[in-house]
This record gives sequence, C-alpha cells and structure tokens, in this order.
Amino acid sequence: MLIGGIAVITRKNPVHSALALIVTLLAQASLYLMLYAPFVAGVQIILYAGGIMVLFLFVIMLVSIERSMKERQFNSQWVVGIIAATALGGLFIAVYFKGKNVFPEGVPAMLEGDNTQRVASLLYGQYMFAFEIASLLLLVAIIGAVVMAKKRI
Amino acid sequence: MGAMFHISTLHYLVLGAALFLLGVIGVLTRRNVVIVLMSIELILNAVNLNLVAFSHYWQGMPARLGGGAQALHGQVFSIFVITDAAAEAAVGLGILIAFFRNKETVNVDEVNLLKW
Repeated sequence: MLIGGIAVITRKNPVHSALALIVTLLAQASLYLMLYAPFVAGVQIILYAGGIMVLFLFVIMLVSIERSMKERQFNSQWVVGIIAATALGGLFIAVYFKGKNVFPEGVPAMLEGDNTQRVASLLYGQYMFAFEIASLLLLVAIIGAVVMAKKRI
Repeated sequence: MGAMFHISTLHYLVLGAALFLLGVIGVLTRRNVVIVLMSIELILNAVNLNLVAFSHYWQGMPARLGGGAQALHGQVFSIFVITDAAAEAAVGLGILIAFFRNKETVNVDEVNLLKW
C-alpha cells in the first residue's frame, strides 16, 4: 500500500499514477476487511476504485498528457514543500514516541456478521441529519460540476 | 513480537500517518493538477483508515465507556468522508476541465489569472 502511494506521487505519466492509486485503494479495502468493516470495504471498492478513478481516468484522457509529460514535473517551490513535509513528519514521529504508551490496547473485537445492519441503523437513526446534509452536498456538487464543465452558461 | 505477532491499532495509525505524509508531499511538490487531486484522495484515505481503526478499537472497549459492538461511529464517519471525497473530486475535475479549455495547461504554477 505504501509502495502504491509512493508510486502515485512519483510517476511521470498520470495514467500510471492513477493505476498506482487504484492499487493503494484496493490494499486499503483489504485493511478494512481486516478491521471487521466489510461495508466500508465494499463502499471503498465500488465508489473509489470504481467510480472516482473512472472519473480521474476520463479527465486524464480529456486533457492532453503528451505535452505535460515532457515538462518539469515538480513546481518551483518543491524545496519549501519538502521542508514543510519533513516538519510534519517530525511532528508525527514526536507524537508517536510521546503517545505510544498512553494508548491502552483494548481487547480485539471478534464480531458477528451484521455489521452492515448496524451501520445502516446508525446512519438512518442517530446520523439522520448528517446523512441529509451529505445528500444535499452531493446535489450541489453535481450542479457545480455540470455548470463548471459547460461551455456557455 | 513472537510467533503471534498482533497487529494493534497503533500500527494502523502509523500507516495512516505515513500515507497522510505521502499525500502532503504530493500536494506540495507536484505540478500536474490531476496528480495533486489524487494526492488529496490519498490524504482523505489516510483519515479514513484512522477512523475505521479507531472504530475497531472502540468495539473492543467495555460498553460502560461507550464501546461494545454497537460503537460503529467511526465507520459511519468514514462513509461521510468518502461522500465528501466524491463531491470534491467531481467539482475539482470540473474546474480542471474548464481551466484547461481556457488556458491549455494542467500545471498548478501557471494558474495565475488572479495575480497581477
């Protein structure tokens, strides 16, 4: 999964990058299965690896990639970017060494197989309002994408 | 670290942090807008991994602390994050197509229409 992630940010061809991202997403779906989250794993495969990546590949085909492959691949602020990312990594490592012992390890949960029903009852019960907000967000995103991609409004 | 090597929540958190870092490096250094958007997807996926790992962690907690088998809030939140990622990808790629039609480029440092 990490190899896929590294390939995403280093490949020259955006199509190779997208394929590496698909590998990463599928590896993450298998991690969800290991964490007893089969519904989220299914959503991950169908929505990310199926839907969003098809969208990415369409756009890569629409914009021309032949010219951009011959150009410089990293922007002019890449030194500052690397420095900032290194600072963030140092912060993560510091947090890891400070906090790895305050973390009590729970009993590993061995769950039975009605995960999807529980997720659904939470989604339509306690998180009903957030669910409606999410549907409204998707509607706004659809309208926004259509308006943005139209030639003349 | 014997024969029964147990994968704890901490391992998932470290993996999520590493993935987040890769996404940040990609956003800050790449020039192609498509790859920048893919790096944002990497960041959102790292957050999702943390949410699901903590959901699994809470399911192993006793029920008086709010744990137990019903504690699936992390998974519900990760579904919301996936929804947001879908919306963000759609709008971002729409903006990219509109911009490519006007300026014939996909590089982030040539997006300087607001600069004078």
